[in-house]
Amino acid sequence: MNITETQEYEIRIGLEIHCQLTSVRTKLFCSCSSDYRESEPNSVVCPVCMGLPGTLPVLSKSAIEKGLMLAMALECTPVTRLVFFRKNYFYPDLPKNYQITQYDRGGGSPLAYNGIIKISEDRSIPVTRINLEEDPGRLTYQGSIQTSPYALVDYNRAGVVLAEVVTAPELRTPKEARLALESVQAILENLGSFDSSLDGSIRCDANISLSRGDRVEIKNITSFKDVARALSFEITRQKGLLNKRISIKKETRHWDERRRITVSLRAKEEEAEYRYFPDPDLLPIQISKKEISELEATMPELPDSRAKRLVVEFGIKIEIAKTLVRGKGLADLFEESSKEFKNYDRLAHLLSADLLGVLNRSEIELNDTKIRSEHMVRILNLEMNGVISGPATRDLVMAVVKTGNLPSQIVKEKTKITDKKLLEEAIRQVFKRSPKAVKDARQNENAINYLLGDVMSITKGRADPKETLSLIRAAIRKSR
Amino acid sequence: MQNRRKNSAYDIASKIRNGEESCEEHISKILENIKQKEPTFHAYIRIAENTVDAARRIDQRVRNGEKLGKLCGLGIAIKDNISTKGLQTTCASRMLLDYVPPYDATVVDLIQKEDGIILGKTNMDEFGMGSTTEFSFFGPTKNPLDPALVPGGSSGGSAAAVSLFEADLALGSDTGGSVRCPASFCSIVGLKPTYGRVSRYGLISYASSLEQIGPLGRNVDDCALLFDSIECYDKMDSTSLRERTKDNQTSSPSDLTGVRIGVIKEFMNGTADKVSRAIYDAISVLESLGATSEEVSLPSLSLALSSYYIIAMSEASSNLARYDGLRYGHESGFSGEDWQHFYSNNRAHGFGDEVKKRLIIGTFVLIAGYYERFYLKAQQARSKVRHDFNHQLKNFDVLVGPTMPLLPFRQGEKITDPLALYLCDIDTVPANLAGIPSISIPVKAGVPIGLQILGPVLGEEKIIHVARLYEGATSLG
Repeated sequence: MNITETQEYEIRIGLEIHCQLTSVRTKLFCSCSSDYRESEPNSVVCPVCMGLPGTLPVLSKSAIEKGLMLAMALECTPVTRLVFFRKNYFYPDLPKNYQITQYDRGGGSPLAYNGIIKISEDRSIPVTRINLEEDPGRLTYQGSIQTSPYALVDYNRAGVVLAEVVTAPELRTPKEARLALESVQAILENLGSFDSSLDGSIRCDANISLSRGDRVEIKNITSFKDVARALSFEITRQKGLLNKRISIKKETRHWDERRRITVSLRAKEEEAEYRYFPDPDLLPIQISKKEISELEATMPELPDSRAKRLVVEFGIKIEIAKTLVRGKGLADLFEESSKEFKNYDRLAHLLSADLLGVLNRSEIELNDTKIRSEHMVRILNLEMNGVISGPATRDLVMAVVKTGNLPSQIVKEKTKITDKKLLEEAIRQVFKRSPKAVKDARQNENAINYLLGDVMSITKGRADPKETLSLIRAAIRKSR
Repeated sequence: MQNRRKNSAYDIASKIRNGEESCEEHISKILENIKQKEPTFHAYIRIAENTVDAARRIDQRVRNGEKLGKLCGLGIAIKDNISTKGLQTTCASRMLLDYVPPYDATVVDLIQKEDGIILGKTNMDEFGMGSTTEFSFFGPTKNPLDPALVPGGSSGGSAAAVSLFEADLALGSDTGGSVRCPASFCSIVGLKPTYGRVSRYGLISYASSLEQIGPLGRNVDDCALLFDSIECYDKMDSTSLRERTKDNQTSSPSDLTGVRIGVIKEFMNGTADKVSRAIYDAISVLESLGATSEEVSLPSLSLALSSYYIIAMSEASSNLARYDGLRYGHESGFSGEDWQHFYSNNRAHGFGDEVKKRLIIGTFVLIAGYYERFYLKAQQARSKVRHDFNHQLKNFDVLVGPTMPLLPFRQGEKITDPLALYLCDIDTVPANLAGIPSISIPVKAGVPIGLQILGPVLGEEKIIHVARLYEGATSLG
């Protein structure tokens, strides 16, 4: 009767990854700036992206180019005839109450189709299609979406270029989902199409089904960490239901990033009917073989080939090289640091193991830190000079990540606070060197200061004066 | 032709440009006329302010010896679905009662660059949906020839204003005949250009793939003058054509020798006797000018009307979705629990019944499953219509027929019979489906019967040429 808690379910996860092509300077269909993040709400708008009566969309050429490059990097086949459709639904974040996007039925086609996302050396996830579409505006709630008394609408984001990468439901674990996202991000960064440090520039919807049951869609996942979190939550929730023999409903759920749970948004039966049809304001555009090959010729180095080059150029191991290129920033940091620090194996290890470990554990993105090659080179130099080693190196990496300060500064501060034994050793040396001063110090405060000066001098100023002073006093009391 | 030019808009513009006539006096005269006739005919929704000041500035610039534009000092009426910066643009709908566009439509810009003066915004069927100008939130416009009759629509206000000398020229928009129908019923000249020849930027969309802004004038030259001023490639409109063919006349400037005219059989069938007799008379006039004519059949035309309505309503259901009252437009005053109720209340109160009907039908035919059965089918029929026209316009220089299958009817006569109203468009919608230019000219001055002349893509000059010679011949006779 009772199904065991440990029953295995076949998990199938598919992703719709929405990436803003942030290097396109305008919005997809108007000349408004795509750089809206620091601006006053509803200030980066024009009659076109506000959908005012009588306005018409004009497609950005640069967006098509960046989209096609992404398509080629994901080994997709680009279409020869670009068509845009209207996806009709009412929602306050849509100025026109329809979204201009692409559609794979009804005579439409995506920008490109049938590609792959490599998530490891021997595992690739099929990409069904890539669409080019306009980003909606942004809704802000007070607290949770369900309890907020109001929603604020900001149309600054409305019309920004989005590439939507749709995968087949062939991911097996939340971790694989995260790897797929990282892989797409690394490719976008290498293409120079994308700045991952911009908040909300990559988002995704995930669909998940257990043991070929009904599909649940999770919307509003805005960061990499949350993909794994949301999916893990959903797997646990669904397993719990299945174990109690409650069947899973086909529905759309919302990821509440504050409460870290998914909440039901709407059952699929009442899902919007989107009434897709070709946008009559945009005529189909022919994409020639020549244009495709011209783009191919300007294609920058992608993560895979970069990894291979790092192996050849620096003699590092291929696995480590692959880890480095998973983020463009990390690989850049490696190459930049290699100009000044020539033990490439150690450098690669520091970055791929120590630094990446710290970043992952503390859930910080490299782009959000102030780390430069200077930091890495100095840490490695300290290590080479024997000042630090092993755990101390990792601690230093952690401190550098957290503070963004240079290693030497941190080492200085660290010694003052923590290294009591080192201080006592220095005090012993000083006492041995100046027995008279120790004797004087019992009556004379000035002699204590003299001893302190000596300690400072042999510790090269790193001793914490306050701590040292109390240690000296204690040592004098002891020596009585 | 000489007597046509006299007192034509063309003539007035030259006189003002040369300093022979004062623009201030001219505009004041029109405003006086508007004051007298508006209570009866109601061509305008709103009269622009400061037009006399604008006229004085024109006079000043003439005195300064400046070279002024093609439309120098002319008073031009604009249909109320064409955006005018700072001047309410309502589409004759309660939905946009207080909407003031922050930008000018490209055509309005072009008119101002040619020194035309915008007199005001004209009445229309709400969002262009109608053929009588009875479906206006502001009440109907009356036919200048007889106020008991409808002026046609949906650009009825523009046609009436021109006919009543309440404007020198006017802009309408033509989605399925909305310029040509009122031109015919008000006995003036109206042109629907080739799709893409005039920018739609700023034209408040009803059915994007069908509509064009078109000029209305009291004679062919006037209509051509306004057309010349507004036809232009526009990068703001992705459907704007880059190609421009000028000077494609097929005969000598003075007669129609060698011009082959196809008389569209399907247009003549089902047409009121009085109308078809007038059209055959008109064809005889064309022949007397040297043209040859032959009856021609376009079998796909039987599909035109139903395809037209499916496409137009589908596009409308999407184009008009933006009117929710959140960013601009009508707010019902209802403050409900959620945005869905807010939206539906605003739309329920903001739109008139005819608009709602078309939006509901358009929504229905786009639903998955019906999309294939209706929308895609209609598009296939449209391709056939386009193909038939392209084919026959290789055999003939121009095609002709009546603009309207009937004479203007009485106000209120057909408003309760939607199918009868939709049938009025049967001879005008084919040009919109095919994207080809078409002009309507009165068979005779003062008679509300329009001769429709259709030409090939970018063949405006061709049909204008035929129309001009026809007009010359009939006004002399």
